[in-house]
Amino acid sequence: MKAQTEQRIAVSILFLCTFLVVVPVLVILIIISMKGVSALTVSFLFDMPQNGMTSGGIFPAILGTVYLVVGAIVFAVPLGVLSAIYLVEYAKDTPLSRLIKLAIVNLAGVPSVVYGLFGLGIFVIFFGFGASILSGSLTLGIMILPVIITASREALESVPKTFRIVSLSLGASKWQTIRHSVLPHAIPGILTGTILGLGRAAGETAPILFTVAAFYLPKLPQSVFDQTMALPYHLYVISTQVPGIPEHTRYGTALVLLLLVLLLNLGAIILRYQFRKKKKW
Amino acid sequence: MVKNTVKVSIQSLSIFYDTVQAVKNLTLDIFPNEIFTIIGPANSGKSSLLLTLNRLGEINPSYRKTGTVLLDGENIDTLNVEILRRRVGIVFALPFPLPISIYDNVAYGPRMQGIKKKSILDGIVESALTEAYLWDEVKDRLQSPAMNLSGGQQQRLCIARVLALKPEVIMFDEPTSGLDPISTARVEETLRTLKAHYTIILVTNNVAQAARVGDRTAFLLMGELIELDNTNKLFTAPADKRTDDYITGKFG
Repeated sequence: MKAQTEQRIAVSILFLCTFLVVVPVLVILIIISMKGVSALTVSFLFDMPQNGMTSGGIFPAILGTVYLVVGAIVFAVPLGVLSAIYLVEYAKDTPLSRLIKLAIVNLAGVPSVVYGLFGLGIFVIFFGFGASILSGSLTLGIMILPVIITASREALESVPKTFRIVSLSLGASKWQTIRHSVLPHAIPGILTGTILGLGRAAGETAPILFTVAAFYLPKLPQSVFDQTMALPYHLYVISTQVPGIPEHTRYGTALVLLLLVLLLNLGAIILRYQFRKKKKW
Repeated sequence: MVKNTVKVSIQSLSIFYDTVQAVKNLTLDIFPNEIFTIIGPANSGKSSLLLTLNRLGEINPSYRKTGTVLLDGENIDTLNVEILRRRVGIVFALPFPLPISIYDNVAYGPRMQGIKKKSILDGIVESALTEAYLWDEVKDRLQSPAMNLSGGQQQRLCIARVLALKPEVIMFDEPTSGLDPISTARVEETLRTLKAHYTIILVTNNVAQAARVGDRTAFLLMGELIELDNTNKLFTAPADKRTDDYITGKFG
């Protein structure tokens, strides 16, 4: 009897905790959807903002966020995956390499505003890229690198050792072994890291604040050296900095940001599913 | 030529993992086209010896060796390691097919050598699978996953995968320890026919298997070579009491 009572209490507590986590997320989603859905019109999505952002659309902000996220991924995924390969497959297990791995994990916890200041100092000023899509993408890329490296390392480490041994025993070089027998099986895990990084890059305001985001720029960027509007910053601006913005515009912008992240994630999830289907062990 | 009379020459070989010594000052020669079996209880250094002959042990950071191994009279440490591993293939205790198709498993080694032409690969795959007595069973499903094969088929696939390298020496590390008696008999039959073209080193903890297929047998105990002789002689009239105790099942 006692065991059964304990069991019931344990399950109740576990359920309650899960419930407490899920409810706020659902409430946020419902409120944003209800208040924002009326703003979602074709002109809202594809027009320039007008009259000091009080009317018109948010197209430059949507496009800007897509540019920034794609830029960050294009920069961070190859760099992160390659350095993860080095750390897992080549780096010897020394105190230094362990320190580096620990540092990378901890970098994921650095506040995003610090990355923003870093981007301002390095990319905007030192390299002279100015406040631009290039500076913003690189800053976001640096910010998501730890997530991508850590996920890629875990993915590589979870590939069975026997694959490496078999491949080497068949006369493959170490690089051939990594390329043909390790990396293909690590791709789903690497994509998981990419998905996490992608969501974070799309949603952060602080890193783009000093490096790229324009307060009000009702035209599309022409090159990577242009400034652009971006959804998170635009949301901040119209919610706190400019009076007289209709409520449904603010919630509509939030909803678009959510949907955009969802859409980008969906793409990566489908890609990951395609690779997982091939996994046969 | 003198060098042709010995295929693999092991001279004063010791193997260490950190401070633990797995093989102690081993010296022996393996002749071309013989089945050289190595018997001994667990932890007698049998597998460590095999992993030394194709330098696969080196991927373990704590591994270290002293002494010399010659392949056709050449020190294996001076050979290109990828080429060495093609010349000295290994079949592991458990079948480890890669999670790719049957065809791709067999073609893996040749592809890594840079062979890309499909007609050449097709030929290599067919002859390797035929030689491993697997062709008839899989010829209609070469593109299906190797993981779907039965245990015995997987082990023959692993043999075919090594044969596709066109090796000179093939090492078998307890190749039938995970197999049923019928699959075991097929693998042993394969070993006997392979002898005509390859030098075979067979590590087994199945004493009867050594007696069935071995030309010469070495008995290792705690990393030391206790006795090495023709298989018949070793099993009928062992010189050392410990060999006698082991093959008659008094310990092991």
